[in-house]
Amino acid sequence: MSPIPEKKNYHIDHLQYLETEAIHVMREVAAEFERPALLFSGGKDSICLLRLAEKAFRPAAIPMPFLNIDTGHHFPELNEFRDRRAAELGAKLVVRRVEDAIAKGIAVPSPGEVSRNRLQIPTLLAAIEEFQFDCCIGGARRDEEKARAKERFFSFRDAFGQWDPKNQRPEIWNLYNTRVNQGESMRAFPLSNWTEMDVWEYVRREKLEVPNIYFSHKRCCVRRGGQWLPVNHLVPPKPNEEVQELVVRVRTIGDIISTGCVESPAETIDDILAEIAAARVTERGSRADDKSSEAAMEDRKKAGYF
Amino acid sequence: MSLSTIEHPVDLLRFNTCGSVDDGKSTLIGRLLYDSKSLMEDQIAALKRSADITGGGKINLANLTDGLRAEREQGITIDVAYRYFATPKRKFIIADTPGHVQYTRNMVTGASSANLSIVLVDARQGVIEQSRRHTSIASLLRIPHLIVAVNKMDLVEWSQERFREIRDEFEKFLPRLNIKDVRFIPISALDGDNVVRPSKHMPWYEGPTLLDHLEAVHIGSDWNLEGFRLPVQWVNRPENPSDPTLHDFRGFSGQIAGGVVRVGQRVIHLPSLLCSRVKAIHGSDGEVEEAFCPQSVTVVLEDDLDISRGDMLADLESAPGLSSEFHAKICWMHQRPLVPGRRYLLKHTTQTVQAMVTGIENRLSFTDLERIPAPSELALNDIGEIHLKTAKPLYFDGYANNRLTGSFILIEQGTNATAAAGMLFPPNELVKPEYDDFAI
Repeated sequence: MSPIPEKKNYHIDHLQYLETEAIHVMREVAAEFERPALLFSGGKDSICLLRLAEKAFRPAAIPMPFLNIDTGHHFPELNEFRDRRAAELGAKLVVRRVEDAIAKGIAVPSPGEVSRNRLQIPTLLAAIEEFQFDCCIGGARRDEEKARAKERFFSFRDAFGQWDPKNQRPEIWNLYNTRVNQGESMRAFPLSNWTEMDVWEYVRREKLEVPNIYFSHKRCCVRRGGQWLPVNHLVPPKPNEEVQELVVRVRTIGDIISTGCVESPAETIDDILAEIAAARVTERGSRADDKSSEAAMEDRKKAGYF
Repeated sequence: MSLSTIEHPVDLLRFNTCGSVDDGKSTLIGRLLYDSKSLMEDQIAALKRSADITGGGKINLANLTDGLRAEREQGITIDVAYRYFATPKRKFIIADTPGHVQYTRNMVTGASSANLSIVLVDARQGVIEQSRRHTSIASLLRIPHLIVAVNKMDLVEWSQERFREIRDEFEKFLPRLNIKDVRFIPISALDGDNVVRPSKHMPWYEGPTLLDHLEAVHIGSDWNLEGFRLPVQWVNRPENPSDPTLHDFRGFSGQIAGGVVRVGQRVIHLPSLLCSRVKAIHGSDGEVEEAFCPQSVTVVLEDDLDISRGDMLADLESAPGLSSEFHAKICWMHQRPLVPGRRYLLKHTTQTVQAMVTGIENRLSFTDLERIPAPSELALNDIGEIHLKTAKPLYFDGYANNRLTGSFILIEQGTNATAAAGMLFPPNELVKPEYDDFAI
């Protein structure tokens, strides 16, 4: 006789809800695809993704390799972190470099193009083809940007890796239609319903280690395009710019040439949470790559971006 | 009703907004975000920029959610857009679902996981076919709470009489539907009346504002805690584990789709009908004594049964139905109409099987909500009842009892398009263990 449940605390809070939803998506990927991969950059979202993958599959190991597209413009702190975490988990880490893709003619920069933003798309698509990945799990969130707000958990990509926002599969209940034909692929986004706040609350609850550039540190910056850009060999100060040493942190990590720093004294996760709660600017407000036009993200996604 | 509803209202409320093309859904969401201070300075700056360029200086709140180029060009919402905001009382996920007839399938997408639906009605137009369609879909999906937001009250001179007319019209057809709780709120999304702030123009309205109601409405979780169901999603067998105790580990992973499971509990395996006992439950934070819907777990059994993805572990006392013939309500979402005799793939919980539609019983008419018997086909956006047959039996519950084990989708082979969302009627026969003496 199975016991009748007593009226007790069968309640999950919102983070536990987001967690079980994400784990369900991850297991669906592992079960329904032959050659999935997990996109791992070492940023805060993919750090949460990694913890969710550990939880989804343990005591077994995470049953898929990690993939990272290295633009060559990454923050060095991020790459160190990425390599160390992959080694700690005993995972296979595949890194494909935009530089190599340019050398092979896979990615062709336009004259004078400094940003690697567009060039990482063909590099990613070539990696997907090289390893015949049929599904890549990414850490994109719908609250980041308004084209992303229209994404599904399972985002279908045609043989050219393209997203067709007008022709998305309806996604009903938790019944994901994951079927793809030869050459087509899927992107899966377990964190679709997470907000920036949820990510940091999860980092705190799970005591996750994050790269130190998320915390306040001293850095030389120049004011450009309304934001503080870190000075380095790729971003030398222009003659009229004044280099200032500021106490800053990064809120979102993109390439080193387009990621603005925010002035912040936040030294702990609690400080960061308090800062976000009071923030009056969105996370991606510090990303020059999203500011280029109203449809910048939509256009990149249609071309095959995450 | 699940047990958790008694003590714990949800702290994360999911709602969707629907209405016809120009009813002002996107404007309403923009207003909710703007007035609840959930918008950031850079978003407001971007709105102002596009207002100067295209809007003659007036901010268009709809541009906040209409994220795609074609949407801004045509001034419509094409796809479901999800928005997130929080007040000190609750967190919210909004699915902004489009009103165009051809995009009704997206409304089903946005509404399938909602706890509450907001149907917008233009005060000038009153109840139209789309209002009945959206309300029927909310009812079909068993969304327990509905808000009818009568918008553009400013254009009918804030008339209480007009508001009452619309409410009366709605109340004529509501008794035919399955919605428990309906509330009518007169608003002006454009000016913000009764959205976040009470309206100065409608002193005759004494109810809560829209946001007050969203924050306060008692909504329990919609998870069923009565019969244990674990659709097996993935079999956990560590390869070459460094820990020698894991060599023989065999766990069954999945999201609990109903009920509670405890260590020591007897469960039945479907389709074999063999019974075993739960030896261990691995939850997301390690081993636990019990787990419940909708947690994701990995269950280890006492006996070595042959179990794979698509199978189910279930409660012996409150077992699911077992059949390969079904009666279901569906919403058809494909350009190519459904005709009897056609074959599809059917995905139910974690299994995908061949299915054939053996007959169409009726189609719902949105003009009068009558059922038209024996139509020759169901076309895009039609709702109707069908009969189908599957190549393998399914273990299921009626949708009214359990959303997760009572729902399915149909997939067209070749294109892999999702063609229908389906809701099963309750089973005629329940599973009975055949070899009751097998287990201890």
